[in-house]
Amino acid sequence: MRNPFGRRSATDLSPPAKLGAFVVLLVWAFVVLFPIYWLVVTSFKTPYVVDKGPFYIPFVDFQPTLDAWRYILVELGNDTLRPYLNTVIVGLSSSLIALVMGAAAAYALVRFTYRARVGIIGLGIGAGGLAVVAALLGAPPAIALLSALAVFAILAQTIGRRFQRAMGNSDIAFWLISQRILPPIAVAIPLYVLFQQIGLLDNILALVITYVAANLPIVVWLMRDYFASLPRELEESASVDGASIYRIVRSIVLPISVPGLVATFLIVLIFAWNEFLIALVLTSANAQTMPLQVAAQNATRGPQWWAMSVLILIMITPVVAMAVALERFITRGILVGALKG
Amino acid sequence: MASSDSSLELEPREPVPSGSAFRARATRRAAQTADAWRSDGAARWLFIWPAVLLILVLSIFPLVASVALSLGRLAFHQGGVDLKIIGFANYQQLLFGLERSHFLGVLKAPNPIGWAVVLATLALCAVAWTRAARGGRVRPIGLLLRLVGGLLLVGSVWVLVQALASDGGRPGALIVTLIFVFAGIVLQYALGLGLAMLLVQQVPWRRFFRIVFLIPLTITPVGVGYMFLMMTDTSKGPLEPIWVALGLRDFTWVTDPWLARLAVIIGDTWQWTPFVFIVLLAALESLDQEVREAALVDGAGRWQSFRHITLPAILPVTTTIILIRLIEGFKIIDMPNILLGGGPGTATQSLTLQAYIDWNTLNLGRSAAIAYLLLILVSVVATVYVSFVRRRVTDLA
Repeated sequence: MRNPFGRRSATDLSPPAKLGAFVVLLVWAFVVLFPIYWLVVTSFKTPYVVDKGPFYIPFVDFQPTLDAWRYILVELGNDTLRPYLNTVIVGLSSSLIALVMGAAAAYALVRFTYRARVGIIGLGIGAGGLAVVAALLGAPPAIALLSALAVFAILAQTIGRRFQRAMGNSDIAFWLISQRILPPIAVAIPLYVLFQQIGLLDNILALVITYVAANLPIVVWLMRDYFASLPRELEESASVDGASIYRIVRSIVLPISVPGLVATFLIVLIFAWNEFLIALVLTSANAQTMPLQVAAQNATRGPQWWAMSVLILIMITPVVAMAVALERFITRGILVGALKG
Repeated sequence: MASSDSSLELEPREPVPSGSAFRARATRRAAQTADAWRSDGAARWLFIWPAVLLILVLSIFPLVASVALSLGRLAFHQGGVDLKIIGFANYQQLLFGLERSHFLGVLKAPNPIGWAVVLATLALCAVAWTRAARGGRVRPIGLLLRLVGGLLLVGSVWVLVQALASDGGRPGALIVTLIFVFAGIVLQYALGLGLAMLLVQQVPWRRFFRIVFLIPLTITPVGVGYMFLMMTDTSKGPLEPIWVALGLRDFTWVTDPWLARLAVIIGDTWQWTPFVFIVLLAALESLDQEVREAALVDGAGRWQSFRHITLPAILPVTTTIILIRLIEGFKIIDMPNILLGGGPGTATQSLTLQAYIDWNTLNLGRSAAIAYLLLILVSVVATVYVSFVRRRVTDLA
């Protein structure tokens, strides 16, 4: 058997350095895994055992029981299954959509130059504000929106053309990320009113739309750095050979961006999977997601640690499984292979 | 022949470019690129419009509605709600009135260390400004802006010092949030970078570590809060034997403001280090290893190869990570809320938590005002950060 700490190549770490690195990694793995282990053992405890003080090892320190698991999976049954399915559907669909839209925008911001005219933007904001004020004052939203659009179109054709100041790509990108600054607390109530108007309250579609919009800036920013770090030569030579931009994106850019795309997908999936406050405000029964179930375990009798542990564990299992499946794509060699092949 | 000579000489003769020269060059390069791609007119718009439109539609309404809310007071009566516009009263209350001790903190005259910090900041700003003024390269409007910026900086340091380095002073939600954000970013970035650097090496159990390190991020923030509540319980939590061994059996960290804040920072770091880790890992893995290996073979030390090859390559993504963590970090709520309910007193109350408490007691106007002050603060910090840090290290800005 090969020594696991031996050098693999001339530039590899020396064996002692490798051992040191391994020990450091083990320590951090312990820091990460110990709370998870505590969740696992807590999920097999009875309330009495939890209350009696720390017990670490099942069968030795305490008698494990499946009570909490039975409570969540059997007694609650559909009340666990429905939010679970909602979380899966909302998480997967919103992060896939955000990844596609955001990666496209990121690529465009790296490869094209935009000049967004300040005058037009100002007019757009003004018209939007007018529509909102009109709606708040009691005008039907559809009419307010339509008249605002008309005002915008007329003014844009006349006054708007006079202002030539423009925003560049970096300003657009900064505007996108700045939409995440306002805390969910402030966004939740206006969104509630908005989705109430279009009849999407307690509907997972509302959550999908909101999460796509919330995660888009993250995708754009992460993928922008990633696309910018890719070598231009491949795309340029393909372009000279007459390939269309869609062809270049599909057969060159996307394949060599797989590590960045996978990492970004995992991050936005996790964000959508775990979001709490917006889901709390926008849903009531049908469209509830798992984070609400976790929080609901803090009942009047105090936190139900055992049930909470079960819920957290079944929540992270699919995400961790997906990370296991996707991890091998976050690896080197793909890019180098493309350049040589 | 002559033309090729001059093009050869141009490069080395170019002076060390300043920030603006960098930007000019980047713009020129971008403009050339645009020419090369002009044939793809439809793609230009198709790629970016869906994202811009969706965000526009979902962001404008909450922005406008929050302004309206923050300028008013909601009156609940039978069958409905009325919004009464009361002007800037909510803001005034937070910054100067009753709620100031809660929002900014209890401000007292600084102690000698505090004075030293203020005077040092003042001196530094004065020196930097006179240099800019003497240099003659900055336009008058730029000088004016710098003056305003410097005064703002000194003003914020003055407030910070009054709350933190004074007798009887106490930081409020705003300053506590700043502490959480900056301590969190430093810890998370250092840990995330270190772990990612170790895991691009050929160490045993590589795949295991990569997946395990991601786990804290996958737990819903509310769940992480409760998990840390379990872990930090000094009588029933798993660390109880450690407390006993240290002779701290009856000791509770919950009543000490700084220990409580430390607990929140530790929890936050446990949860968010994986974010830094996975983004940096993807960036490190996509670097061309051959350059690094060639440098190592040529006798460069590991530190040198990190400093001159790896670090410049990951600087752009580093600035992005820090920007995202900055924006997200300012919204910290679950950890201090669940762990301590913002206590002891208001010692760990962050801005979002204060807004949440007002929200729960149906003081929606003040809640929106806090959110807006947060928006203004973070916008200023992020703008300064992007224009002073990010533009220096990347063409993208």
